[in-house]
Amino acid sequence: MKYLNEYRDFEATKGYLKLIEATASRQWNIMEICGGQTHGLVKNGILDLLPEHVQMIHGPGCPVCVTPMNLIDKAVELLENGIIVCSFGDMVRVPGSNKSLLEAKAKGGDLRILYSPLEAVQIARQNPDKEVVFFAVGFETTAPANALSVLHAKKEGLTNYSILVSHVLVPPAMEGILDDELCNIQAFLGAGHVCAIMGLEEYYPLAEKYKIPIVVTGFEPLDLVQGIYMAVKQLEAGTHTVENQYARVVRKEGNVAAKKVIQNVFEVGDREWRGIGTIPNSGYILKHEYRAYDAESKFGVGSIKAPEHPDCIAGEILRGIKKPHQCGQFGKTCNPSNPLGAPMVSSEGACAAYYHFSSNLIS
Amino acid sequence: MDISDLGFDTINLGHGSGGLMTRELLDRIIFKVFSNPYLDQKHDGSLINVEGQIAISTDSFVVSPIFFKGGNIGELAVHGTVNDVAMCGAMPKYISLAFIVEEGLAIAEFLKIVHSIKMTADECGVQIITGDTKVVERGKGDKIFINTTGFGPVHPKADIAAEKIRNGDKIIINGNIAQHGMAIMSQREGLEFESDIVSDTTNLNFLVWELLEAFGEKIHLFRDPTRGGLASVLSEIATDIKKGVTLNEQVLPVEKQVAAACEMLGLDPLYVANEGLFVTIVDATIADEVVALMRKTSKGKNAVCIGEITEEHPSKVVLHSGLGGKRIITPMIGEQLPRIC
Repeated sequence: MKYLNEYRDFEATKGYLKLIEATASRQWNIMEICGGQTHGLVKNGILDLLPEHVQMIHGPGCPVCVTPMNLIDKAVELLENGIIVCSFGDMVRVPGSNKSLLEAKAKGGDLRILYSPLEAVQIARQNPDKEVVFFAVGFETTAPANALSVLHAKKEGLTNYSILVSHVLVPPAMEGILDDELCNIQAFLGAGHVCAIMGLEEYYPLAEKYKIPIVVTGFEPLDLVQGIYMAVKQLEAGTHTVENQYARVVRKEGNVAAKKVIQNVFEVGDREWRGIGTIPNSGYILKHEYRAYDAESKFGVGSIKAPEHPDCIAGEILRGIKKPHQCGQFGKTCNPSNPLGAPMVSSEGACAAYYHFSSNLIS
Repeated sequence: MDISDLGFDTINLGHGSGGLMTRELLDRIIFKVFSNPYLDQKHDGSLINVEGQIAISTDSFVVSPIFFKGGNIGELAVHGTVNDVAMCGAMPKYISLAFIVEEGLAIAEFLKIVHSIKMTADECGVQIITGDTKVVERGKGDKIFINTTGFGPVHPKADIAAEKIRNGDKIIINGNIAQHGMAIMSQREGLEFESDIVSDTTNLNFLVWELLEAFGEKIHLFRDPTRGGLASVLSEIATDIKKGVTLNEQVLPVEKQVAAACEMLGLDPLYVANEGLFVTIVDATIADEVVALMRKTSKGKNAVCIGEITEEHPSKVVLHSGLGGKRIITPMIGEQLPRIC
């Protein structure tokens, strides 16, 4: 696989691990923003191979994990009201207050697992007598396709299509983490695929304001260790610039066409993050002229509330204050077949990644 | 057979009624295609002479789509049960065949499946000795479900049992992983993508028999990692025998297109279903010879030793990455789900 195998070159990866060891002179805490990066670090056993004083802190960049539980409950409610709900795969097993989407499907709900929201538009076209809702979650990465689905529906004059929006943005989350007094993070690995859409611009003021290095990084073993090495080099030199390790995918200006589609359909607004709470201006909401495509108001489910499980420390995990195995419930009352919170459900959630792959469990 | 002769072009509820329509379906399709001395008696069951120890296994097949690249549900229904019997160290000789058909299934499709079952059974050397056909209302099935039960004599030299596995034993597989699951996935509604990935569905009974002839009791276990993939089967074995399993990630054989498709859909090939794959755990002294013998056969061309049984980390499967890192392989929980990004 071109552009993948080269970045799974184990000898080159080992070379960077040696460089990191030789360069890091003291304890550094680096947060990888994206759940895909957490997954890559754990799956390839990189956490064990890094020097002990280079600590990776796992960030909030797993869309499944930060989607508030009330959104799941809203989607379940829609399913139970005979609406066709379409979703990305890893959302469907996340437990709501009473049940997950998958459980609602087993009870007769018409749930469709899709790879693209445009397929949901097609389903709406094929089922004119049914309402179709796409569960539009994710960061900036999935926003263009979700926005495009609304544009397509509008163009075709489909009135039976709408989206349940829970879009969140990376930079406000980074600020939220850095503003926390418990924060001990000294550098970031920026989320490669988010930046593929958005570009680097919005990260320069962050790096400047908080005097923190940000290295936009990919997901393969070589990407990850190279990103970590670049961050460590900056930390040792006392610099704080935005660097782009993932230049084969990320351009400085991002994907201009995709950004236009987002701006056309969405505007920035307040968003609730699971385990963290509401962060001002931290997500996308549908613009006024597209409110007809907003499933929450269309079906009056906006007021549904859902309290979190009292024993789940997902908020601390997502802010990097605690690691999964430091949670008293980890692997005991909370495991992938019976998750208390979202980070244990998604394959990109830090808790699930630790549970599935981590040698912390090898005894 | 000319379908237009039949006078009906879809299966309907009457074909499962037990009345004349059922009789017609049986006489004109089932008994005709599968004719053999056992079925020709047209009895409620068959009388079989059995000597010594036999192995018996049953399985139900509900795959969707029913026709896929590299096979169909009928072929799968024979291979699946034949292989399960073979995994017990036995040679399957007879199978039962029960259909649950959803009304509205096209006769052309039903015939295609029936002929495919006949051809596959012949290739596997098994005879269909009893069967059943039920029809359910539209919406209460998914075109067609098939159940088969197979049995046959255990190889005299076979001593297949998890208790026989010892530390140091080698773990060998006969070919590429994740073929079947990805072939199905590539044609499943809503996920279609273009590829030449074909299911690995095939019968393993003759290769297993050959291994038992050559190595007898030094072969400690056979397992076919169908649903849940290689990861789930190895996790089960580790838990059952309370010993550790180590796997070497670098030697795991995954065909290029399958690896790419898994990558694209965010699936781990270790958890993807197989149909023509088996794992054997053997005494370390014969491991190289087992691999060599398998590689000489058409069903074991890509045979490779993928790991071993260890004293360390009892009940856990640990995969050694090419980087030198380690990770635990847990059994699959529910179905593997495609990821968001």
